[in-house]
Amino acid sequence: MVKYLGNVLFGHFPNFFSEETSLEAKVAAVQMRNVTKTFGSVIANDKVDLDIYKGEILALLGENGSGKTTLMNMLSGIYFPDDGQIFINGKEVVIASPKDAFSLGIGMVHQHFKLVDVLSAAENIILGLPGKLDLKAATMKIMEICQKYGFEVDPEQKIYNMSVSQKQTVEIVKVLYRGADILILDEPTAVLTPQETEKLFNVLRKMREDGKAIVIITHKMHEVESLSDRVAVLRRGAYVGDMMTKDTNAQEMTDMMVGRSVSLNIERPDPVDPHKRIAVRGLTVRSLDGILKLDDVSFDAYSGEILGIAGISGCGQKELLEAIAGLQQAEAGSISYVSDDGRKEELLGKDPLKIQEMGVTLSFVPEDRLGMGLVGNMDLADNMMLRSFRKGSSMFTDRKAPEKLASKVVEELDVVTPGISTPVRRLSGGNVQKVLVGREIASAPKVLLTAYAVRGLDINSSYTIYDLINQQKKKGVAVIFVGEDLDVLLEISDKILVLCGGRVSGIVDGRTADKNQIGLMMTTVGGEENGK
Amino acid sequence: MFDLVAFIPRAVGQGIPLMCGSTGETITQKSGNLNLGIPGVMYVGAISGVIGAFYYEKSIPEPGTLNPFLAITIPLLSCLLGSLLMGLLYCFLTVSLRANQNVTGLAMTTFGVGFGNFFGGSLIKISGADIPSIALSRTSLCFSKSLPFANNLGWFGKIFLSYGFLAYVAIILSFVASFIIKRTRPGLHLRAVGESPTTADAAGINVIAYKYIATCVGCMIAGLGGLYYVMDYACGVWSNDAFGDRGWLAIALVIFTIWRPNVGVFASIFFGGLYILYLYLPTGMDHMEYKELYKMIPYVVTLIVLVITSMRNKRENQPPESLGLPYFREER
Repeated sequence: MVKYLGNVLFGHFPNFFSEETSLEAKVAAVQMRNVTKTFGSVIANDKVDLDIYKGEILALLGENGSGKTTLMNMLSGIYFPDDGQIFINGKEVVIASPKDAFSLGIGMVHQHFKLVDVLSAAENIILGLPGKLDLKAATMKIMEICQKYGFEVDPEQKIYNMSVSQKQTVEIVKVLYRGADILILDEPTAVLTPQETEKLFNVLRKMREDGKAIVIITHKMHEVESLSDRVAVLRRGAYVGDMMTKDTNAQEMTDMMVGRSVSLNIERPDPVDPHKRIAVRGLTVRSLDGILKLDDVSFDAYSGEILGIAGISGCGQKELLEAIAGLQQAEAGSISYVSDDGRKEELLGKDPLKIQEMGVTLSFVPEDRLGMGLVGNMDLADNMMLRSFRKGSSMFTDRKAPEKLASKVVEELDVVTPGISTPVRRLSGGNVQKVLVGREIASAPKVLLTAYAVRGLDINSSYTIYDLINQQKKKGVAVIFVGEDLDVLLEISDKILVLCGGRVSGIVDGRTADKNQIGLMMTTVGGEENGK
Repeated sequence: MFDLVAFIPRAVGQGIPLMCGSTGETITQKSGNLNLGIPGVMYVGAISGVIGAFYYEKSIPEPGTLNPFLAITIPLLSCLLGSLLMGLLYCFLTVSLRANQNVTGLAMTTFGVGFGNFFGGSLIKISGADIPSIALSRTSLCFSKSLPFANNLGWFGKIFLSYGFLAYVAIILSFVASFIIKRTRPGLHLRAVGESPTTADAAGINVIAYKYIATCVGCMIAGLGGLYYVMDYACGVWSNDAFGDRGWLAIALVIFTIWRPNVGVFASIFFGGLYILYLYLPTGMDHMEYKELYKMIPYVVTLIVLVITSMRNKRENQPPESLGLPYFREER
């Protein structure tokens, strides 16, 4: 309360600031001063000062858990700052709820979409607004916005029938519908294909010309470089500084985020003595609803090699990995495991336990980390035990070994955690992933399956994960790496298998393939010949 | 032969308490609160009404005539107050204190039934009756009064017009609830709160207020079901445990009607019919045990319906997605 009074008394401060900035012909839409937020004993934001200007795209950078989302959530009214001031257009404001944020023209597109699945696009867009429920008028206004910025939205379509990119479009339209001129996007491209990303960026550029202030949180450096005007960096909750994008480069930005110099090269050692490990032939998988997910997929994965799998999300990547891991029934085909002495064993139709009993060490880093990989409410040590609880002969579980493994993973992979007895769900995304990968590679696998191993991870954690995968490769592990970032796939993979609608569009050499070719193959089977 | 004209009014009479209970519970569940305390709430609603009526009747000695307005208003208000308090208690525990909804609901059912039996027993003591029940026949007459010309219209009057006003209130409430949920902005917001409170919150909807209001209104409507049962269906006779398991059937009806109060109107009358079907099926004297089997019909139907509804996996027919989960904005 005292603080609040203080803010009122010194209310002339913001005018001073805005005068200063107007000299540079930039108008500050948002000024955050000394903003602090703590969760229990964790300081998420520590005295952050941040300016956001009109007609500018600002990229907000920082490692996982550096407080980017928390900071933006305070602007959008989800969290309330413990301390500090926020000025919108030079006036000090109190943003106590999302409603306040809307009335100030602040709109945020969250990383995890805030949409109600069973409602239609139009219903979601007008959600929370006052007045009579008039879907017709709303539809008209939505179509107007869509035309202005070039969106494609069917207002009557239900959200659960939409692809991620459609959902995201709905989110952006929702924000614009409320007349937002300060737009915050939290990792908007994490789930988009390159084409969809480019479309989104064009829309954002149009909005910038419209004079809107745009903040984008992203971990992809090439996106920062191609889209943003200015970057601001947070490190461990504190504001480090900002610079104009044109004056900097990925290396400098990364160093600033991490606080020390980081190497941004993915090594690609040549495979040593590769031999066939997994042979997939004619694999056909149907989902429970009878939709064909994989159609006659055949390929080989070799030991000591990384087989990248590219494709628009939902093209059968998940089913493919799960079929190999013994979690997915197949309609036809075979998956055989070739052991070192050349013996072939069929994996299809066996569950993970049977596969393990056969002596096949197969590690799986699933897409859904906290759903399939780890138990969110259990601590690090217990999660390690999920792999080892069958070991030992007594009826009591061995807790010592998993605890030791947990400590080892924390130490070697630099997991940021208060301790090994912290529930996994409390860790940030990157750290959760490190725990999962750490556990999976600890069992010295012969085959490593990873799906979107770096999704949502910051650049530093991503490179740690790439490094770990490469180490496994050097140990002779056959790695199947499902990725979404084509640049990374091209850098890390020895071979790239491109999936398109559940079919193999082609297998290319990672050293010679180029991005456009793969992009084409992702959208049409066979790529070039059909694409033209 | 099966006497349909006699059967339907009985089925409707049985159906109205179920209708109130399921409409109330549907509104509650739409806000994401799974209130398993509904049987208790209906009990409390009934006994609160009985207490009100008992003291009003007591204030006017036997031969005197009751003021029909007061005879209806007093029990009605005490019933609404009693169920409202139950609703507030549930909300305070589950929404404000974020207690487990299942446990809270079950505790409230146990509490409500005990509360009803305790005060029911006390009133029986006060009235000094020889039989373990209270008869509020004068109040009941006011509640069960049907339109005066209903009896002159033959089968039509019997089937459609022979009920007390609470029956029509229940039907209207159910249709209104359906309309509000489906067609109005508060309804849209309510659905959003039940599906995804984080989304609703981010859209500027007051999640806590919606949960409180929906649950309390739901409880009050459910309480009316209890009142109807005592005052109209049971002709003003309260005896402990007479209400039985109708509350649970009302909750099952919510699933049966896939969260649609307008469907609930017909479904509850259908279930009301099933509930008393055993009285109308000829069994003969040597096979009395069949009757017991017929009594199982509503529960068997519920089971079958549960299986069928869980097999149809259309998204619109699923329960509200955050049903049973507490909501806390700053959860990390």
